[in-house]
Amino acid sequence: MAAQVRVLRQRIRSAKGMKKITKAMELVATSRIAKAQARVEASLPYARAITGVLTALASNARIDHPLLTPRERVRRAGVLLVTADRGLAGGYSSNAIKTAESLIARLRADGKEPVLYVIGRKGVGFFRFRDRPIEANWTGFSEQPTFADAREVGDTLIKAFSAGTEGDTEAAGVAGVDELHIVYTEFHSLMTQTPVARIIGPMQVEDRPRSEGVLPAYEFEPEAEALLDALLPKYINTRIYAALLESAASESAARRRAMKSATDNAEEMIEKYTREMNSARQAGITQEISEIVGGANALAASGSEV
Amino acid sequence: MAQQLHVELVAVEERVWSGEAEMVVARTTEGELGVLPGHAPLLGQLAEPGQVRIKLPGGEQVSYEVAGGFLSVSSEGVTVLAESATPVSAAQSR
Repeated sequence: MAAQVRVLRQRIRSAKGMKKITKAMELVATSRIAKAQARVEASLPYARAITGVLTALASNARIDHPLLTPRERVRRAGVLLVTADRGLAGGYSSNAIKTAESLIARLRADGKEPVLYVIGRKGVGFFRFRDRPIEANWTGFSEQPTFADAREVGDTLIKAFSAGTEGDTEAAGVAGVDELHIVYTEFHSLMTQTPVARIIGPMQVEDRPRSEGVLPAYEFEPEAEALLDALLPKYINTRIYAALLESAASESAARRRAMKSATDNAEEMIEKYTREMNSARQAGITQEISEIVGGANALAASGSEV
Repeated sequence: MAQQLHVELVAVEERVWSGEAEMVVARTTEGELGVLPGHAPLLGQLAEPGQVRIKLPGGEQVSYEVAGGFLSVSSEGVTVLAESATPVSAAQSR
């Protein structure tokens, strides 16, 4: 009996230790969500401004820029997947990977060869383990992405996209693609985050509803075409940056939820083991008493006979 | 000076500066230009490295070193888009 109590006490202690860790992670994740949301907020003015500029530009210039026109024949399609660097975030990374997998299957069915670009150690590990080729990967910034990270990713993608598959450029060292997709996790609220697949190349500039009938005639410095050339890559980078930020917020939210349920579970376990330990201890005491009473009774009975 | 210019300087990661100003001076790839209230709509790519000077109503001026920037002038005001913007101290900009 004493042995059982000791074992239970050991388990309670380890559950308490785990609870402390998961609680700390939960608190850290909670504060990170707020920070990530603030960064999403801070990036909005630029995103709005660049969209506005592009809309103005697109309605003034002919749109036949390679980054905007769909290719006639799509042989390869690039897929950029955003996952976490660390685990313990519930289904965050695996959900994103699943969405990417269904996108890849769809691309294959359409006769396009998917080319993978992966952000985050979890995604890289997933494809490495299955011996599937990754064109490029970036790790180490999934929780706190900066614009420099987004630009690095964007530059690689734009290079591949501009190369295209016309006349196969593989000899040039770049596997060109004709389409660009991005899979990231949208942050809806603290409780819901959904992985989504979006197309970023060829690009569709989000059209805002035009309130005024005629847009002002803009002057351009330099020419509209040259401006478009300079602006579009920046726009793609902005889109990638926004996706990274939103994914970071989702990751923290997913981690917070996972850690919260882990903490709750630990609490439940501690309670259960405490009950068990108390009843085991009580049973031990009861047994001891009955042994003593039994012994005394036996003594008394034997004494009366003498 | 009744008319004033609403100026916003936004970097990718945050809004850097916004407020009312008398004039904005920037250098596009074509040359230096100053924007006063009532300027015609304009889109320009800023020269690299470029300095954007914002003249405030009080005669003061704030300057930013802007990388990867664009200038957009519309009827609502001036928006400077930048990949990064670092303030230049007043002594240097003169």
